[in-house]
Amino acid sequence: MPHLAFTAQLQRFTQTPDLQTTATTLGEALEAAFAINPQLRHYVLDEQGHLRPHVVVFIEGRRASDRETLTDALGPDDKVYVLQALTGG
Amino acid sequence: MNDRAWVATRKGLIELRRHGDAWKVARASFVGDPVSMVLPPDAGGRMFAALNLGHFGVKMHCSEDAGETWQEVAAPALPPQPEGAPGPAWKVTLVWAMERQGRTLYAGTLPGALFRSTDGAKSWQLDEALWDRPERPAWSGGGYDTPGIHSISPLADGTVLVGVSCAGAWITRDAGASWAQTAHGMRAEYMPPEQAFDPGIQDPHAIARCAAQPEVLWCQHHNGIFRSTNGGARWSELHAPLSSFGFAVAAHPVDPQTAWFVPAVKDQCRIPVDRALAVNRTRDGGASFETLRSGLPQQDCYDLVYRHSLAVAEDGVHLMMGSTTGGVWASGDGGDHWTALPARLPPVYAVRLG
Repeated sequence: MPHLAFTAQLQRFTQTPDLQTTATTLGEALEAAFAINPQLRHYVLDEQGHLRPHVVVFIEGRRASDRETLTDALGPDDKVYVLQALTGG
Repeated sequence: MNDRAWVATRKGLIELRRHGDAWKVARASFVGDPVSMVLPPDAGGRMFAALNLGHFGVKMHCSEDAGETWQEVAAPALPPQPEGAPGPAWKVTLVWAMERQGRTLYAGTLPGALFRSTDGAKSWQLDEALWDRPERPAWSGGGYDTPGIHSISPLADGTVLVGVSCAGAWITRDAGASWAQTAHGMRAEYMPPEQAFDPGIQDPHAIARCAAQPEVLWCQHHNGIFRSTNGGARWSELHAPLSSFGFAVAAHPVDPQTAWFVPAVKDQCRIPVDRALAVNRTRDGGASFETLRSGLPQQDCYDLVYRHSLAVAEDGVHLMMGSTTGGVWASGDGGDHWTALPARLPPVYAVRLG
């Protein structure tokens, strides 16, 4: 199953689950995390549901490309990292 | 309250306390995080701080004990953006202004939205009448890529005046049901001559109201200083010494003839004139100004006092200002003399007393 992890920087503000998920897209994986901690949503996504400009997601080492509808596909054993982009800091 | 001050900075919220004539740092909250605006405690100790986390967006925090402990509450957010909607993206990127009137909280944001909360920031309601104005998509940014509401002046009768960079000033007299432009008389020298007096393209850097005589308003504009004596219906230009360029204005809470400004060279050179920090004060409604320098750095000074960073207490006597290079100065005599805070702070976004 895909594995989703968040930057430790987020733990200053809210809890970040480290989870295995049956999701097949990035959006589904994020929703699984938000179901555990709803507050996390607005740290990662803006009010339009888009990735925040200075949040970056890597899927098996590839930068996620669909930042608005979050349709990047996940393979069964993909590792997904939600990180802070250097552009924001 | 004139012995407590709040300094919102690039790297935290700093609480200052005055003991006699000396101000000292009493506490720092949100250390390391940008605090874009602070609303001082009400009588019950409830206060708010707006954060602009570099990676993780705009956040709002509430304290019920005057800044001792904080809890995250709802931040203003725009509704889903209709496909093809003109203007900037419907995404709040900064809480630029916060005020309260009675139980109602107000937040002004980039991009150009006004929000209200009547439940202590558990939820926020967008002022749709202003957001839906047909002119709004054409509002331009001033200092930022998107337009923003930086000044909010609410009255108990439902009147609210907002200052927008860059869309002049807008007023509602029916608690937000309808809005009208109210920047007539302001002059924009950065526009083609035939558009100089267009109220919709004015860039008021800050607008402040005399609390005791609310029909009197002062505006530090991008290229001038303006005053209104009829609640914003008409503005008259004033001419201050050194420069009429600047960001900050503080209105005396009781005396409608008195206000303070902090001049800078010009928009192309945002530093104190002659690199010597000064405050311009008028006590005759803008007919004349005094330039006050005692206690302020008079050489090699690059401190710019931004639009929310000059504050006057309810007594009209205690003032404080903070700069983009982290200087803070306080006065206990209406600006005649200033004393530097013995601390080097991060860049200052806002100073509030109370």
